[in-house]
Amino acid sequence: MRGLRIYTLLYLAFLYLPIVLLPIFAFNDSTVIAFPLAGFTTQWFTELADIPALHAAVLTSLKIALVTAAVSTLLGICAARAAARYRFPAKGGIMGLVMLPLVLPEIIVAVSLLVVFLQLGLQLSALTVILGHVLICTPFCIAILNGAFQSLDNALEEAAVDLGETGWGAFRLVILPLVMPGIVASMLIAFTISMDEFIIAFFLSGTEATLPVYLWGQLRFPQRLPAVMALGTILVAASVILLTIAELARRRGVRKRGDTDTGGFL
Amino acid sequence: MTPLISLAGVEKYYGDYHALRDLTLEIGAGEFFSLLGPSGCGKTTLLRTIAGFETPSSGSLRIDGRDMTGVPANRRPTNMVFQSYAIFPHLSVAENVGFGLRRAAGSRAEKMKKVEEALEMVGLSGFGKRAAHALSGGQRQRVALARALILKPKVLLLDEPMSALDKKLREQMQGELRRLQRQVGITFILVTHDQEEALIMSDRIAVMFDGRIAQLDTPQRLYRAPVNRQVAEFIGMMNFLPGELRREDGRFVASIRGLGTIPLPEEQVPTGAGPGPAQFGLRPESLSVVFGSEALPTGCFSDGTVAERAYYGDMTYYDIALSDGAAPITCSMRNLVSRPVLERGTKVRLAWEPGALCIFPG
Repeated sequence: MRGLRIYTLLYLAFLYLPIVLLPIFAFNDSTVIAFPLAGFTTQWFTELADIPALHAAVLTSLKIALVTAAVSTLLGICAARAAARYRFPAKGGIMGLVMLPLVLPEIIVAVSLLVVFLQLGLQLSALTVILGHVLICTPFCIAILNGAFQSLDNALEEAAVDLGETGWGAFRLVILPLVMPGIVASMLIAFTISMDEFIIAFFLSGTEATLPVYLWGQLRFPQRLPAVMALGTILVAASVILLTIAELARRRGVRKRGDTDTGGFL
Repeated sequence: MTPLISLAGVEKYYGDYHALRDLTLEIGAGEFFSLLGPSGCGKTTLLRTIAGFETPSSGSLRIDGRDMTGVPANRRPTNMVFQSYAIFPHLSVAENVGFGLRRAAGSRAEKMKKVEEALEMVGLSGFGKRAAHALSGGQRQRVALARALILKPKVLLLDEPMSALDKKLREQMQGELRRLQRQVGITFILVTHDQEEALIMSDRIAVMFDGRIAQLDTPQRLYRAPVNRQVAEFIGMMNFLPGELRREDGRFVASIRGLGTIPLPEEQVPTGAGPGPAQFGLRPESLSVVFGSEALPTGCFSDGTVAERAYYGDMTYYDIALSDGAAPITCSMRNLVSRPVLERGTKVRLAWEPGALCIFPG
């Protein structure tokens, strides 16, 4: 028992200590990232405000993340609904293939996409990053939305149609409100993944650097390192907030349907 | 009877699976009609075909004189109470009940009034503001009923509506449903696998096996004169005794193992049945155990011994071993205060009504 407890603590420390170091050095009054700490400062955060290239990268990332979240959630809705509602040949195989990008090494996906886009003559831009991000985010969206769609009784939609609604009306009035928490959670997670994603963005962004790609570029300049730490702190905080909102939305959905919580994505 | 619903030669295939086989059937206006059968017999498929959720592979369906081919579920004059009730969990009770009115004409106040009336009809006055997912099983069923009846359909379809309720509540709801049907005068079609429920509630019952209607009759005819052994076994309890159907001097005579030989009136023999081996069916209540000095009822008699007994409070079921070593016959007796419950091994006489014999040739 005691051994297991120590193991658990070590495991959590391994997971989160590096992240805890981020805010510590972000507020440290020294360009050298090392202990002992030199003193408290917020200058690295104010410095962030004066870098136009950083602002452009943030905007690019936001744009990419928003479009990715919308598109991959839409694709996720279609796939999850198909899986929940219809029987078709080779359904198991098809759903497996759809989920495969979840476990494919990202570097492989990135290189393959690069080759494909170059062959197609596509200019590398925010659009190509979006395509890559949609590819890796959609399985996550499907995983979340599957739960939302599977837990619905098929008779609900039939009941709405039976009471005079069209197929679309039944979907809009009954299915959509019931899976809405899942949709919100899916968009938030796709958004977060896209915001943080580096490898695909690095290969496919061309001249429009995303935030992670920009950050990586800054690592070559040691004096910028504290500012990078500050930025990292902001990103971690934003990610945690977004994922918390996603989980809360999912739990609210479970309560609204009067179901028992069987554990979600988080 | 003018048929409200008529099916002619309806067939349904799912791939190779033949779910409905050449169904031809008419259901009258205002009738309480039941589709009874074991699971997988096609009764739910038939109900869903009438609702418009399944399309027949061939054959025609008419409701109120209109051909329903190509008419989607949302434009049919039918409403359904689903087995799961399918209450919309994100809406209140009133929003659930009023769901079908959202496309109807009329002011908000008129619709609210209709909803209140529908809730009152099912005994849920004042429940409108409650959250739907917080209701009990019985209340959910009432909401489902109110929601389906508010549109005043020509036909109300009920898919095993009682299967999720416990026994007491089920019996209460059966009575209420029957009363409700008389009150609104709408045709009810009930799908059930519970033969007792079908007998209690229905004007007519269609017994289905393997996608076919085996017998369509009133509850009493179905119980008294099942057309074959499968139907007889499904409805109520019945003893099946091997024997022989003979003709002697132009009259039918039944020779039944354990019960002896008796003449049969012509009308009791199914049409087309000739001499030969047959199974003879007798329901437990058509037999009585006579003990000691009790007065003998009219009928036929055999000697036997109590082999087993099951005490149900109101009734006792005896398995009587007959003296010639045939399989025991089950017999039910009402428990009167003046009548002792017999122990195993008691010597008794078995009296039975020849008029209650069901004959299954072959």
